[in-house]
Amino acid sequence: MSDRDSYGLGRKELHELYRALRLTRTAEERLEILQKQGHVTGGLYRSLGQEAGAVGAAFALRRRDDGTGDFLAHTVRAAGALFLFGGDLEDFFRQYMAKGSGPTRGREANVHWFDFQKGFVGPVSPLGTMIEIMAGITLSFRLRGEERIGMVFYGDGASSTGAWHEGLNFAAVQRCPMILMVENNQWAFSTPTHKNTRVASFADKGPGYGIGADSVDGTDVLEVFDTVRRAATLVRSGEGTRMVELRYFRRLGHAQHDPQDYVDPALIAEWEKKDPLDQYRRRLINNEWATESELDAIDSEVFEACRVAAEKVIDEPKPHGPDAVDDVYTDVRVAYPWTRSEAPNPAAART
Amino acid sequence: MTTTMETSAPEHLTKTSRGEAVTLLEAISEALFEEMTADESVFLLGEDIGVYGGAFKVTRGFLEHFGANRVIDTPIAEGGFTGAAAGAAHMGLRPVVEIQFMDFISPAYDVITNYIATSLYRGAGPMPLVIRGPVGGGNRGGPFHSQNVEMAFFHTPGLKIVYPSTAYDAKGLLKAAIRDDNPVLFEEHKGLYRAPALREVLPDEDFVVPLGKARTVREGQDLTVVTYGAMVHKSVEAADILDAEDGLSVDIIDLRTLLPMDDDAIVDSVKKTNRLLIVHEDTRTGGIAGEIAMRVSEKAFEWLDAPMLRVTAIDAPVPYSGSLEDYFLPQVDDVVKAARYLAAY
Ligand SMILES: Cc1ncc(C[n+]2csc(CCOP(=O)(O)OP(=O)(O)O)c2C)c(N)n1
Ligand SMILES: [Mg+2]
Repeated sequence: MSDRDSYGLGRKELHELYRALRLTRTAEERLEILQKQGHVTGGLYRSLGQEAGAVGAAFALRRRDDGTGDFLAHTVRAAGALFLFGGDLEDFFRQYMAKGSGPTRGREANVHWFDFQKGFVGPVSPLGTMIEIMAGITLSFRLRGEERIGMVFYGDGASSTGAWHEGLNFAAVQRCPMILMVENNQWAFSTPTHKNTRVASFADKGPGYGIGADSVDGTDVLEVFDTVRRAATLVRSGEGTRMVELRYFRRLGHAQHDPQDYVDPALIAEWEKKDPLDQYRRRLINNEWATESELDAIDSEVFEACRVAAEKVIDEPKPHGPDAVDDVYTDVRVAYPWTRSEAPNPAAART
Repeated sequence: MTTTMETSAPEHLTKTSRGEAVTLLEAISEALFEEMTADESVFLLGEDIGVYGGAFKVTRGFLEHFGANRVIDTPIAEGGFTGAAAGAAHMGLRPVVEIQFMDFISPAYDVITNYIATSLYRGAGPMPLVIRGPVGGGNRGGPFHSQNVEMAFFHTPGLKIVYPSTAYDAKGLLKAAIRDDNPVLFEEHKGLYRAPALREVLPDEDFVVPLGKARTVREGQDLTVVTYGAMVHKSVEAADILDAEDGLSVDIIDLRTLLPMDDDAIVDSVKKTNRLLIVHEDTRTGGIAGEIAMRVSEKAFEWLDAPMLRVTAIDAPVPYSGSLEDYFLPQVDDVVKAARYLAAY
């Protein structure tokens, strides 16, 4: 592995990776602007410094939009993977702005959304659950003899949950074609990784489940890509479940409300030097895989795309209150509390 | 179990002793602080409660004051550390577990319902532990940061469930819960944590509010409203409107403890007003209103002059967007409408 190795990727793909990294960064920066303007509902989670882990990993999968490709279960720190799987930029903003026009119609937050055709299933907040879900998704691939695999992302902290263990163990035993990506950003909210696990590397957990595990520099998009591509080949060819640890650092607070004063600023500064975008950009240019002006053009195209998408979504309507009662069941509509209906009818109230 | 560290009490935890008003959140912090100071067997477990002081800062300054053996930052494992709390309780410690958001108590459901709540009955002895944390909607938190969890546990004999609505009650009830030899689930509405209107000066003395006793929030003749938590305050707002616009006087009962429930307080009020409205923020089907209505039917049916009604959230997951959530949650206007209907019945 040298800095000059492009792992067989051509110029077009190398540029595509750059764009995905830039898109993640810029879309999240746009969210910060929107939040300052008061347009964002709820917390804002950044993946600053972790973009390459999500992008490199998702790039190694088969992405389709007809329901035949690989499957992704992302997290807030893996927005880049969501975009690569076809997650729409406007929908991204709609979700954060809780718009009725968004994929969850304002019922769920941020990256918690779904498109089974494109092959992604958004998380629920309770940590660990999605491993169980992805175990079942990929079990169905195996049972049907499909050549598809799944990839589920979770942070280091999530590895402490029962669901993480039960889901992973089930997948391992059933040889579910699934890759668990451990986003080891060294923090779980304010809790350092050593308070969530005593292993030095998550790769050490692999043998405990009888599965293969790798650990990779999560700031290096090409190394991530290469590691996951090799893991995916094994998983697809019948080995079953594998794990890949991404090593990097959460450079901002858990969410916007967290000033992370429990983190040594010197550490943050150190990791800033390993910024995945800067790193990759230098590499593209040094190897003459791209010119400054090509990359600048991508930057401004992405900036415009984010600006335009966000502006468009700002003016879209909020959900209509009474829609809150829809879709609780496929076939039954939940009753309104009678006080919400027009002037209450005493006869009706008596029944 | 360990020696208290030699530091003086942090200023933000001793407001009451200086005669300053406290929020509901500060009242909870003071209760924890005072109980930990008075009883070395009390200790805390939870996610981000030490270095960070808790997601809502309830335990800010505790780690520095009491040390890492009494303020334990846990792995993200609600089932694991709640079960460990039960083991520690067997050994005579009095653990107080914080669930970061009560929505995430579900992994601990097994150990709470199958182990903790049955311990005494199985002959394994009392379970003096408290499981506390933030609940409730109105914060645009979506389906996983807004739930009320009382009814998931209400059907569990052996457990007590407490849900305060004022700073005074929060402090007195939490102290009582920590001293209680039974397991107590303690729900704190995050919308009340820092509500300016709830700031109050508390008595500078060691007081408890007994578990199992409701409180009459205001006296009235025309209608009883039984409620708890954040809905106490919406019910009071509604009662003000009913008083001003309709000349109706409302008897408001704040349950404070849901399990065991203070039947006498409810029944006495219904016998006085002959009309009952139950208001809760939790969803409707399987909500506590059904249980209350049944008890009133058993104990005061002859006194009723109207059907018993309830105002609740709708039977759906808690939606994220403000417009949906406002529709989902019970509002003051709903209480007013229901009360008018009952009064005119
Ligand atoms: C079961 C459960 N408990 C607690 C929480 C609250 N919570 C949300 S994110 C988080 C920290 C997650 O850390 P990690 O898994 O490392 O992910 P990161 O945020 O670092 O990407 C916690 C404790 C939760 N979502 N689910
Ligand atoms: Mg983490």
